[in-house]
Amino acid sequence: MEGAGAVVITGICGRLGKRLARVLHRERKVIGVDRRPFPDKPKDVDHEQVDIRRKKLKDVFRHGDVQAVVHLGVMHDPRASASEHHEWNVAGFAKLLEYVAQFKVPKLVVLSSANVYGPQAGNAQFLTEDAPLLGGARFSEIRDLIEVDMLAQGFFWKHPQTETVILRPVHILGTVRNAPSNFLRLPTVPTLMGFDPMVQVIHESDVVGAIRRALAPSKRGIYNVAGPEPLPLSRAIKMLGRASLPVPYTIGKMLVRRMWSLRLTTFPAPELDHIRYVCMVDDARARQDLEFSPQMSVEETVRGVDEDRW
Amino acid sequence: MRDGGVALSTIDLGARVGYPKAVSNLARIGSFARGARALAKGLLGTAGGAVDGWMTGLLGEDFNRRLERVPLALTTQGTDPFGLDPQWTKWALASAAFLHRRYFRTEVYGAANIPTGRVLLIANHSGQVPIDGALIGAALFMDVEPPRFVRAMVEKWTQTLPFVSMLFARVGQVVGVPENAQRLLEQGEALLVFPEGARGISKTFDRRYQLTDFGLGFMRLAIETGTPIVPVAVVGGEEQYVSVANVETLAKLLRMPSFPVIPQLLLPGGQLPLPTKYRIYFGEPMTFDGDPDDDDAVMEEKVWVVKSMIQSMLNRGVKDRKHVFW
Repeated sequence: MEGAGAVVITGICGRLGKRLARVLHRERKVIGVDRRPFPDKPKDVDHEQVDIRRKKLKDVFRHGDVQAVVHLGVMHDPRASASEHHEWNVAGFAKLLEYVAQFKVPKLVVLSSANVYGPQAGNAQFLTEDAPLLGGARFSEIRDLIEVDMLAQGFFWKHPQTETVILRPVHILGTVRNAPSNFLRLPTVPTLMGFDPMVQVIHESDVVGAIRRALAPSKRGIYNVAGPEPLPLSRAIKMLGRASLPVPYTIGKMLVRRMWSLRLTTFPAPELDHIRYVCMVDDARARQDLEFSPQMSVEETVRGVDEDRW
Repeated sequence: MRDGGVALSTIDLGARVGYPKAVSNLARIGSFARGARALAKGLLGTAGGAVDGWMTGLLGEDFNRRLERVPLALTTQGTDPFGLDPQWTKWALASAAFLHRRYFRTEVYGAANIPTGRVLLIANHSGQVPIDGALIGAALFMDVEPPRFVRAMVEKWTQTLPFVSMLFARVGQVVGVPENAQRLLEQGEALLVFPEGARGISKTFDRRYQLTDFGLGFMRLAIETGTPIVPVAVVGGEEQYVSVANVETLAKLLRMPSFPVIPQLLLPGGQLPLPTKYRIYFGEPMTFDGDPDDDDAVMEEKVWVVKSMIQSMLNRGVKDRKHVFW
């Protein structure tokens, strides 16, 4: 990939973005776009501290020889207001797509999530990329993530000159501060009494690996990205040596709701469905077309949540 | 003095880590739970050992040897991708085998008809409680060579029930959607389907051994995956619980598939199923071809072939038996 032109990474200041930048800047020019500062960035990474909704974003495309865009800049802060969420995630992403089309950027990689399928009682054990995106049925906060996925799908069809890749990874674990990692980091992990669904997890470094695969020329399409083999949730908790506290569903839901309204927890109540029902994906397509296979074992992936945070 | 020092440093630690009090309380509950669990596990371990010994005594060494020969696609985490756990499965199989050998004293005919690869077992459903499924499972494990482990499909709503959903997953029962069935058959598994569904199991006594409407899904699945169908007739299930009526309004009110009226439940000990003698007949494998997306009318014809085969096996079985209980 030597001399492949610059790659723009939105949301570069997140933990995943930083990790991706550290891998990619050895191979090609990396331009970061994030409204947060990037204090410990590698010297050869250009960082534009702009909001992706601002006009200034266009300058990045105008001046740099942008050959690829990796979109990680999805806000998922359940505390933020719905309009703020929508404005950032959907309007901001639409703006980005506009520039990708206008400047004929040949590659676009969008990091969506397997959560767009949503945990449901009637889910097939392994959902393929064709499964309907029902994640918003019970959890409305996730709707704009689905909208982002749909926008990217629309772009895929409307602009064939850009190779669009949509990645839908399962629960990402590691130093990242997302819901599944935070959940497993709790000193005592609450579970739902009588429920122990199979879960799929992937280490953040494997997600970086998948993004690198997606950046290779001639790759396009939607891919589920799964990590090593699935395991029961209880087994993951045991692996970390954490205690778990089984709570009946109705009581758990009531408690989480109350704690949420008192700002004692960062987990909204509908997210309980993730420790109740299966939401697993079939990653055969990614294994075959992207030639992606996870490098980390299940133990390494799960233990990743306790890694020293840099 | 020294105690005070220790207490102080604990408080200090808590403050430094910066956990809110609720969290440290939670941690304390957690460590208590951990202690209780260790104790429970010790007790369970002893009980587990005892159960294992009792099982071997009851079912013979052969049971364990057969268990070793059942092919399971386990991952490094000790379960299969659908959540099947060998230890849970062992106990479930042992309970089923006990019912099979001792309680219902099942006779199995045509065990040699089961092919070694992927297979769809299509059976009549009866008896208010799905014991027939467990017994077919036990027959495939105990009486078929090589021993097979049957996967069955369960209703979606069972996944919303605590414990039940976990138990089903651990003993290899999967949610009944076509994608799962297809995946299991492609893995070369034996899949048990009751095309009558809830209609069949809740039949009243006057309609015993008369098949109700069959669903068409299994035929599409068989054609699509090129799977042979083995018709299965189970005789003996209809008499285990005698249902004299089905109160549909109550069933609807309670959101249950049926509300059978079973007088024996009022008798002492009548809650257990009557120890009828079960007879399970496995027919010869049938293969079908054509377009899996054909019209319902075309499918119905093919399904009718299977249905009438099972009905005639049932009729013969009922005629041949000398007594319901032996």
